[in-house]
Amino acid sequence: MAGDALTPLVLTLKVAVLATLLAAFAGVACARALGRRRSFARDVGESLLTLPLVLPPTVLGYYLLVLLGRRGPIGAWLDAHFGVRLIFTWQGAVLAAAIAAFPLILRASRAAFLAVDAELENAARTLGLGEGAVFLRVTLPLAWRGVLAGALLAFARALGEFGATLMVAGNLPGRTQTLSLAIYDAVMAGDDARAETLVLVSLGVAIVVLVLAARLLQGNARAA
Amino acid sequence: MRLEVDLAKRLAAGAREFRLDVRFASEADVTILFGPSGAGKTLTLHAIAGLLRPDRGEILLDGGALFSSAQRVDVPARRRGIGFVFQDYALFPHLTVWDNVAFSLPRKGRRADPTVTALLDEFELAECAGAYPHELSGGQRQRVALARALAAKPRLLLLDEPFAALDAPLRARMRAELLRLRARSGIPMVLITHDPEDVSALGGAVIRLVDGRVAGA
Repeated sequence: MAGDALTPLVLTLKVAVLATLLAAFAGVACARALGRRRSFARDVGESLLTLPLVLPPTVLGYYLLVLLGRRGPIGAWLDAHFGVRLIFTWQGAVLAAAIAAFPLILRASRAAFLAVDAELENAARTLGLGEGAVFLRVTLPLAWRGVLAGALLAFARALGEFGATLMVAGNLPGRTQTLSLAIYDAVMAGDDARAETLVLVSLGVAIVVLVLAARLLQGNARAA
Repeated sequence: MRLEVDLAKRLAAGAREFRLDVRFASEADVTILFGPSGAGKTLTLHAIAGLLRPDRGEILLDGGALFSSAQRVDVPARRRGIGFVFQDYALFPHLTVWDNVAFSLPRKGRRADPTVTALLDEFELAECAGAYPHELSGGQRQRVALARALAAKPRLLLLDEPFAALDAPLRARMRAELLRLRARSGIPMVLITHDPEDVSALGGAVIRLVDGRVAGA
């Protein structure tokens, strides 16, 4: 019984952690690229980058399949040059979860960057810093809390990712079957005992994440 | 030091428009931009520092162009060698007094650099070197901002309303401190004030700004 729950749990955590890291780098970079000044083009850019949050996960999964499938433009290229296939692999699940979680980090980071007093960045410029250094030494340290809050939301989103993962990575027990997929599987198979165990494990993970989040954000508030 | 400013900038905020069209030159140790609020004093200072890009014109320091629309020169703020003391000081809230003052020094070896210790001693900040900006008094914050700007060894120091946030006794003390600093360091200053008392106490060249224009020098 325990072994039954452990495999999807470990896979879920692995996928969610890697997806969050991927989404964090991409989200922070894009938020930085969108910059401080508002313009029509930037607003459109932000809206487009937020689409994965608004689209049904199955639509996201469909587009990922079209792009990453063996005949898709990216999938064919990856296969031909690196022999990498993402469809029906846990790496594919990471990518699906990362894209679903990305807008949460992007929006949280952008709001946090905009909340940093522009005069502090100006001060750093007059003290001899280039734009990259201004970002790393002033903007990011001051916006850290907002970025972290976004990352925690993204992690929660990645933990529960179902639709896009199912379409991209499938539902292969021991290989791509995450907790939420395993629960769906158990319920469909009428295995109530297994479903209950998995649901309790999910609940436990969610509570641990929430407690950690509260502690991290609190500790951060004290330091700032 | 010779500072020559001739710049124009149009700013629009919603339906309102502000035109800055400022021309002056100064060879004084202390140049005072004087005038009512909204006259464009801070914008002018920002343009000199490279934080605001004029639409056209020239900013020359000792004959060298910091900005020139004709020559297509726009030296970035970080390479102008101009210190800036912001009106609300703009101290980095996540850094201690020591780290604020040392901010412009190369990160490698700055712990051993005597510059910071000397400046902290000079501005009577040695005891609060480990404090964060929110733990300081207004006068201390201003001295940290000054020390931080001086640590970068600027060739010109700009001060935006350096006395506005201070009460009367502290104002008098800061004026004296600035005069002493100018005499000792030899770094020329351009500062903003709308207080006639500052003008009479500090002397130097006075540039009067009204509605984005120089009213009389």
